[in-house]
Amino acid sequence: MNQANLDPKPNLDPTTNLDRRDFLTKSSVGLAGLAIAPGMLLFDLAHGRAQDEAVSNKVRWGMLIDNNKCESGCNDCVTACNTENGLSGGIKPTDSQWIRKVQLKDTHSGHISSLPMMCQHCEEPPCVDVCPTQASFKRADGIVLVDKHICIGCRYCVMACPYQARSFVHEVLTDQKTEVPRGKGTVESCTLCVQRVDKGENTACADACSKAGHNAILFGNLNDPDSDIAKRIRAVTSTQIRADLGLNTGVRYEGI
Amino acid sequence: MKMGIRLTAILFSVLIASAVYAADKPQTPPLDVGKGGQCVEEPKLMRKIHMNLLKHQRDETVHKGIRGQKYSLAECVECHASKKTNSVLGNNEAFCQGCHVYAAVKLDCFECHTSKRKVTAEASK
Amino acid sequence: MSSNSFSRYETRYFYALVALGALLVFLGYLGMHTMEEHGHIVTGMNNQIVWGIPHVFAIFMIVAASGVLNIGSIGTVFGKTPYKARAPLSGLMAIALLSGGLAVLMLDLGRPDRLIVAATHFNPTSVFAWNIFLYSGFFTLAALYLWTMMEKRMNVWSKPVGFTMFAWRVILTSGTGLIFAFLVVRQAYASALLPPMFIVLSFAWGLAVFLIVQAAMYSWNNKVLDPAILKRMKNLLGIFVISSLYLVAAYHLTNLYFAKQTGFEHFILRDGGIYPMIFWAGYVLLGSFLPLALIYLPGLGNTKTVVAASLLVILGSFALLYVFIIGGQAYPLSIFPGYEVSSSFGDGQIGKYVPSLPEILLGFGGLAIAFLITIISTRVLNSLPHDVAAVAAKNDD
Repeated sequence: MNQANLDPKPNLDPTTNLDRRDFLTKSSVGLAGLAIAPGMLLFDLAHGRAQDEAVSNKVRWGMLIDNNKCESGCNDCVTACNTENGLSGGIKPTDSQWIRKVQLKDTHSGHISSLPMMCQHCEEPPCVDVCPTQASFKRADGIVLVDKHICIGCRYCVMACPYQARSFVHEVLTDQKTEVPRGKGTVESCTLCVQRVDKGENTACADACSKAGHNAILFGNLNDPDSDIAKRIRAVTSTQIRADLGLNTGVRYEGI
Repeated sequence: MKMGIRLTAILFSVLIASAVYAADKPQTPPLDVGKGGQCVEEPKLMRKIHMNLLKHQRDETVHKGIRGQKYSLAECVECHASKKTNSVLGNNEAFCQGCHVYAAVKLDCFECHTSKRKVTAEASK
Repeated sequence: MSSNSFSRYETRYFYALVALGALLVFLGYLGMHTMEEHGHIVTGMNNQIVWGIPHVFAIFMIVAASGVLNIGSIGTVFGKTPYKARAPLSGLMAIALLSGGLAVLMLDLGRPDRLIVAATHFNPTSVFAWNIFLYSGFFTLAALYLWTMMEKRMNVWSKPVGFTMFAWRVILTSGTGLIFAFLVVRQAYASALLPPMFIVLSFAWGLAVFLIVQAAMYSWNNKVLDPAILKRMKNLLGIFVISSLYLVAAYHLTNLYFAKQTGFEHFILRDGGIYPMIFWAGYVLLGSFLPLALIYLPGLGNTKTVVAASLLVILGSFALLYVFIIGGQAYPLSIFPGYEVSSSFGDGQIGKYVPSLPEILLGFGGLAIAFLITIISTRVLNSLPHDVAAVAAKNDD
């Protein structure tokens, strides 16, 4: 049926000029890459991925969160995530929360701290194991996503997630962000800001935490030995939450 | 009996002829094409296979991270959203809704995707 | 067998029952439609309790469907004659119950319009994907089983099909247990005891449903069931109820032994408010001890007490499933062992759940689907058990 010739033709229409957009994107990324700011991800252009190139497992995206630097009263990462991804920001039991601040109190010492909790982007994700349609999947570069086109909303992944990271969309949504489609009846969770990562940017939560001056969230390529995150993970003690489950999470925590 | 067969044959050929005739000239309702201009493919082809193109593209984008390609849904909306409402839905002349309501085919995309074009300071100039 | 032994409901009673069933199905449809149109926000479910009352109803029906076919298996596979005569009815009821259960399960999905996607995209590690094949195979085999029993020339095939059916059911019901057992991180579920537990539960629940339907059919056809057969079946129900109790006890006792599980067990068995109440009063007392008394106390073996016992067993099954499914989700995950936690997303807190009307209607709609299929198929097909032993006709009064 579909025998149409799908070779891309040069698009000469000025109103949908993708070439200009591409040029602007690449050059602005180049400029951003030159900016050096504390805690900002240095995007290495030599290893950058072109947008028409498929992702590969040469890269593994991850985060390192420093519990000592995370401030108890601060919710900037949550607010930034909500703004970036078009979440309502509500905290009713039916509202989606992709990242949340968890307050911890050590039962023996009484010490209180807080840290942000989101999808841990495991290497062996239980949510991927149980999804009947393979809508919950792990991208080659390690980001665990939900393909909302084939999610049937069975919520098995919500049951399986050790970190309670997934949310089910309970109501009709409108005015979604263009880069972040989300809809009623499907399951969703932190995407590691895949729409930003694919453009070579930092995650919204990491940017917000730097902007607030805490620098508790460090995002980067775990597979690149010269990246900030890889260097720091070699230098300090960090753990995975529920490391006993053997999931090899992409998100690690320092100071707990 | 013979008359019956003859009548059936005539009716059948009339049916086929009208179907073939109609296929060449699809009736579309009046549509607000938004910005209009040159689409990524011919309208006749798009009417037939836009879903196939979108399905293929969505797998490339979601699973492989390939973005900014020709058959991007966001680009469709960017072009075809009404200049008045900035949306491809909202009334039966809106670009997507018009044909889909006419053909009675369920529109699933906008359960999740926004039907509105991105209105930025540059685009409104 | 002459057509006199064919089920002869009074026609107007039959149509009244069908109308009642259809009404309940319609109400279930209304509930489902509300859920699909507005989303699950109209239900009591939320991000902590994602599986609610519809799952309780669905899993009951699916497990009972597997169990009710056991009646036929006892005849075909184990060669017990009175059960052979009951095999066609058990086959019909299995199809009816599974249809009802799957209807509820599929209509509770967030995107029930994507069933085609579920049927064409398979994840080999997901029990839900295996179930697509297991349930389809169940329907096919049950239909085949009925064919081998109802068509004389196919009777020779009933044994091999019966054996295949038995094996298939063991796998399918173990799979239902595995749905939960594979959730390694949930304290309520990560237990290898669950597959065998669900198998034994299926025997008890299937037999209970069968006894009720059988009693209704005999009564409405002015027939009396041979007391010897009734006694045999009620004693079997007693054995199944005891075995279920044993496995549930084993599951909780082993859980209690693990220090990290004691919090959860205390919640379910003692501190959790509504959950211990439903567990002890609903499942243990009313759902197990009381039916056992009705079954085994001397002088109480008649049809009325057996039907009462069966109804109580079913009540107990809903109680057990409510505590298992919903209580199991209400208890918070242990993400940070050694810490007390709190957050905006329910960390460290007991999840709240109040069933809503649309969900309850959907659940009962599923039961009504099973009811309609049973009542129509038993009227149309020759399924009243034909016992070889003397069956006394009721005196006309």
